Amino acid sequence: MSWLQKLLPPKIKRSEGTRKSIPEGLWAKCPACEAVLYSTDLENNQNVCPKCAHHLRLRARARLDALLDPEGRFEIGTEVLPMDPLKFKDSKRYVDRLAAANEDTGEADAMVVMQGAIKTVPVVVACFEFEFLGGSMGAVVGERFVRGVKAAIELQSPFICITASGGARMQEGLFSLMQMAKTTAAVTQLAHHQLPFITLLTDPTMGGVSASFAFVGDVVIAEPGALIGFAGPRVIEQTVRETLPAGFQRAEFLIEKGAIDMIVDRRQLRDKLASLITLLQRVPAV
Amino acid sequence: MKTSFLEFEQPIAELEAKIEQLRFVQDDSAVDISEEISRLDAKSQSLTKEIYAKLTPWQCALVARHPQRPYTLDYLSLVFTDFEELHGDRSYADDHAIVGGLARFNGQSCMVIGHQKGRDTKEKIQRNFGMPRPEGYRKALRLMRLAEKFGIPIFTFVDTPGAYPGIDAEERGQSEAIGRNLAVMTELKVPLIATVIGEGGSGGALAIAVADVVAMLQYSTYSVISPEGCASILWKSAERAGEAAETMGITAPRLKSLGLIDRIINEPVGGAHRDYRLVAQNVKKSLQEALKQLAGLSTSELIERRFERLMSYGRFKEQAIH
Repeated sequence: MSWLQKLLPPKIKRSEGTRKSIPEGLWAKCPACEAVLYSTDLENNQNVCPKCAHHLRLRARARLDALLDPEGRFEIGTEVLPMDPLKFKDSKRYVDRLAAANEDTGEADAMVVMQGAIKTVPVVVACFEFEFLGGSMGAVVGERFVRGVKAAIELQSPFICITASGGARMQEGLFSLMQMAKTTAAVTQLAHHQLPFITLLTDPTMGGVSASFAFVGDVVIAEPGALIGFAGPRVIEQTVRETLPAGFQRAEFLIEKGAIDMIVDRRQLRDKLASLITLLQRVPAV
Repeated sequence: MKTSFLEFEQPIAELEAKIEQLRFVQDDSAVDISEEISRLDAKSQSLTKEIYAKLTPWQCALVARHPQRPYTLDYLSLVFTDFEELHGDRSYADDHAIVGGLARFNGQSCMVIGHQKGRDTKEKIQRNFGMPRPEGYRKALRLMRLAEKFGIPIFTFVDTPGAYPGIDAEERGQSEAIGRNLAVMTELKVPLIATVIGEGGSGGALAIAVADVVAMLQYSTYSVISPEGCASILWKSAERAGEAAETMGITAPRLKSLGLIDRIINEPVGGAHRDYRLVAQNVKKSLQEALKQLAGLSTSELIERRFERLMSYGRFKEQAIH
């Protein structure tokens, strides 16, 4: 126990044990440097630890809020809602899982798409909500993504996708696998209009989301420390029966292997995206 | 080749063993027991029919993985002629889990690409159990682009447990390789016809299965995750694979009824491995019909049709916004 922990009143000590990645209440602990942080400070810093710059997960709406200019936002695809085509049931019915996730997150599915602007540059941004069934990609995610791409083409604006997903949504069976083809097919249309497609891969980006449109972006960006890969580390470990190298499948590993263009600190993201987009679209810097 | 039997086929196996025994006895027997043998043969046939008429999805998955099931190279020799295998991705290696090359189909040039599993232990390892690494998908992509350049239609054969989940595969960009194929196949200017001949294992299968016509052999499977994988995640136990297979919908008839595949190719009684020639004939017929179906389309119509198909995948509710 550190000297600081000893000093803390017992109530705060108890909250340590819950190991929640999303801070609740007044205090939060950075999972990387273990610094005890004032929740408001953390939130005001887009969930980046002010002490060690560790990037904690961030909810889709908080992300969009921090990324987009306050003016001229419009949400796309809210009319698209989930259903249960297979009447899927494991220990729980899929419809019940959907309802519970909706209750927990306030979202209807794992994707929020918004048109708006970054430093006055018009964009459409599709953002995964990891808290909704692990950000898994089912028919609603696929369809909202596609509607986002269509809106971008109509508005002649770039399309950005921010990923945070465990992969395809098993409960939708092969329908979910087909979302890989559907989303990837959609982004090919952006190229016909010379519209940039940029992906930002955040923690985690795995499976069917990683192995579809994520790496076909014109520019592929990752957040520091994000876990990004096709197969999950546990599956790989079980298959090859060896310990994985340190930092395996982390953003820093990927840039070393040439898989991504850059790693960008969340707090610099707005500037970075504005710069990249204006460069690609051959317009003056903003 | 002696047929090897799956667990649920044990009654057939016992009967077949008995027939074998009788045949052996008959050779040096004074009594004619051929009538008895043919009676048992007929019984074995009807028993097989009976068992196969009500295969569960999980049993179907076991047939799809049968060690004697015909693989891509078998179809290459039975359905096509003049196969010229082409190797390598031109940047790293030649992945033996995917084979491909030029061939003739009814005399016409075509490109054939498929997953390839091994028969014996040595070949299984060489072919990595049909699990491709990124270089396999990149070889497939290279061959597809080659076919496009010369206006040659492409036939793919899908038979993989999935893309290889290994350290090296991740290091060389397994995700990118699969994603790139999906993107390029969307706009490929030549007919693409995919046939699932065994296991259609998730993204590793889809990476060569974005197509204008998707067919499945009667007892093949196509799924987003293996039944074992699904069960171990959702039920926390791989033992529940049967239930997972049931609920996920992985068989050809189920997927056809959901509108996710276009055609089902019949297999011989007892599965494709019982009669290679017969199943090859059926595959050939399916490919012919698929080609014919696409023949009248111009390049732009072909691509537009493929794109619209891709966009139509997925079921959701649509609510009027107030």
